[in-house]
Amino acid sequence: MSMAMFIQHLFNALTLGSLYALIAIGYTMVYGILRLINFAHGEIFMLGAYFVFWGVTLLHLPWFLAVIVAIAVTSLTGVLVDRVAYRPLRDAPRISALISSIGVSFFLQNLAIVVFSAIPREVQRPGWLVDIIVVGKVRILPLTLVVPVLSFLLMLGLLFIVYKTKPGLGMRAISKDIETSRLMGVPVNRIIALTFGIGSALAAASGIMWALRYPQLQPVMGVIPGFKAFIAAVFGGIGSIQGAVLGGLILGIMEIMIVAFLPTLAGYRDAFAFVLLIIILLVKPTGLLGEKLEDKV
Amino acid sequence: MKKGVLFGVFALVAMAGLLLAGGQAFAEDDTVRIGVYLPLTGQNAFGGQLELDGVRMAHEEAPAVLGKKVELFVVDNKSDKVESANAVKRIIEREKVHAVIGTYGSSLAMAGGEVAEKAGIPMVGTSCTNPLVTIGKKYIFRVCFIDPYQGAGAATYAINELGAKKAALLTDVANDYAVGLAGFFERSFTKMGGEIVAKLRYNSGDQDFTAQLTEIISKEPDVLFIPAYFAEGAIIMKQAQELGAEFQIMGGDAMDNPKIVEIGGDAVEGFVHTTFPYDPSMEDMNPTARRFTENWRKKHPGQDPNVNAALGYDSYMMLIDAIKRAGSTDPEAITKALAETRDFEGVTGLTTINETHDAEKPVGIVMIKDGKKQYVATIQPEL
Repeated sequence: MSMAMFIQHLFNALTLGSLYALIAIGYTMVYGILRLINFAHGEIFMLGAYFVFWGVTLLHLPWFLAVIVAIAVTSLTGVLVDRVAYRPLRDAPRISALISSIGVSFFLQNLAIVVFSAIPREVQRPGWLVDIIVVGKVRILPLTLVVPVLSFLLMLGLLFIVYKTKPGLGMRAISKDIETSRLMGVPVNRIIALTFGIGSALAAASGIMWALRYPQLQPVMGVIPGFKAFIAAVFGGIGSIQGAVLGGLILGIMEIMIVAFLPTLAGYRDAFAFVLLIIILLVKPTGLLGEKLEDKV
Repeated sequence: MKKGVLFGVFALVAMAGLLLAGGQAFAEDDTVRIGVYLPLTGQNAFGGQLELDGVRMAHEEAPAVLGKKVELFVVDNKSDKVESANAVKRIIEREKVHAVIGTYGSSLAMAGGEVAEKAGIPMVGTSCTNPLVTIGKKYIFRVCFIDPYQGAGAATYAINELGAKKAALLTDVANDYAVGLAGFFERSFTKMGGEIVAKLRYNSGDQDFTAQLTEIISKEPDVLFIPAYFAEGAIIMKQAQELGAEFQIMGGDAMDNPKIVEIGGDAVEGFVHTTFPYDPSMEDMNPTARRFTENWRKKHPGQDPNVNAALGYDSYMMLIDAIKRAGSTDPEAITKALAETRDFEGVTGLTTINETHDAEKPVGIVMIKDGKKQYVATIQPEL
């Protein structure tokens, strides 16, 4: 393998990995606070991408504005989903909310098929994100450079919210003990709604980035990235924001490198991701940067 | 124990019900009942929708046969193998159809065909091109050619017209159509003196092909053959363009869709794919194709028909033709008449059903030129 080719693979891996990281942050945040694996995350991700497309082509909004509006609308959708599907189950066993989230996932997917139709749509991309930079034999999409930076900034922002603000304090309290938090005067439902709002905004941001990288919108576009990001989140230690970023990057790099070094195995790279998940769960159930599990009785 | 007994009773009742349903004679009423199962949602919806439009248009033009009204029963197979088998079961058992049309997608047709074969109801496949769909089946037919033929057509065009010597393949491992067609292309290409320099794979649903494409680019092929569906194909071509690929990209009939330019943009410029011998940009059409194109444009202003719509139309018309010749709606009689179809003039050319129940017709070549689909050649490949 030539040096140029290796560097090209490295850039491809960086883009894919940081996209996984971006999606995984949203997964892990909701889990960290509510101990709920929100399977509808992939569908919220898909909605975010569609909303931008609508804003740009139907309402003729400038790109920047369309992105902001889409993130806001998706965020509200997330809050709505919490209100309708999760809040009534707040005191039910955790498994009920998990199953409810699977239901929401299927519902949103099929709703999208009915409303948007299953026919894929093209994404119009602003030129400055996609005009290829050529360095020697390596070709870099400007987006490749934007996504890791964005993932990193969002990670920092999120850490700031969780550890340095008052609602963040509430989130951490809820993650420890929801009942006691309520007794201590934490507005539990409002804080959880905020958590879903932020989680969905993150999903929208990653959906938009994904659609810019792989410019096609489909109602099922969130399924595979959702699974992969879930693996990344578990791999990095679900609940840990830094872990999600690390897990995403490692998964992306490994997926690309397995094709680069063992091209004949390219068809099985998804299987590889799931094998990775199984191994991690067996060897270190809490993931790379995960906290120790505490059994709550 | 009690549970076991209950379950046993339930199973017996269910089996008895099935037997009764199976043994029931066809209701001799005054309609001809045709079931249509197609992917109207999911991954293959863009093809299924067009084929349904074609079937519906044919139904409007020929709403009756043998003096009876033809009734269509349309079921969505959701681009899913299991749903596909369920769909056929439903139209046969509940709607009591005399014949079945469908489907787009070889994997789906195999799943559905199995059910129709067991029930003894004739089925006409629209665009399922994998040989396995009709092999060893008495009741399964199709209006399209099969992949060994199509693969040979693509290889012939690549070598004779494009002067290709080295080819690469990028295949979806989870798709019967893709695996089959890639294999047949490889066989013909190497037989004609070409060399396959890279064989890369991916999985249905993947959206990142950069690693595979980087590997392929390093092998410097003249042609990359992608037996993909058009949405996936468009993403592959976009990423190939971003990675600076300079080879010619070719595909099969699953790439034939009027939206390909809209979805692929300038990344699909110069793309070549094999298809059935019909395209609205074709110069010398037969009268049926000309009438079909005109009627379609009248019905769908601003939208061109494509080969899927044409095959949907042809499958209905061929079935009606068979029912007419059979003189009855008895599934056995229809099956016999379908097997005897000779030189039936469809939109996609003269159709003759051969002994393996496949339609024999030449391979068409379409190229995307200046942002438009153009029918560039018709070839009769040698196997």
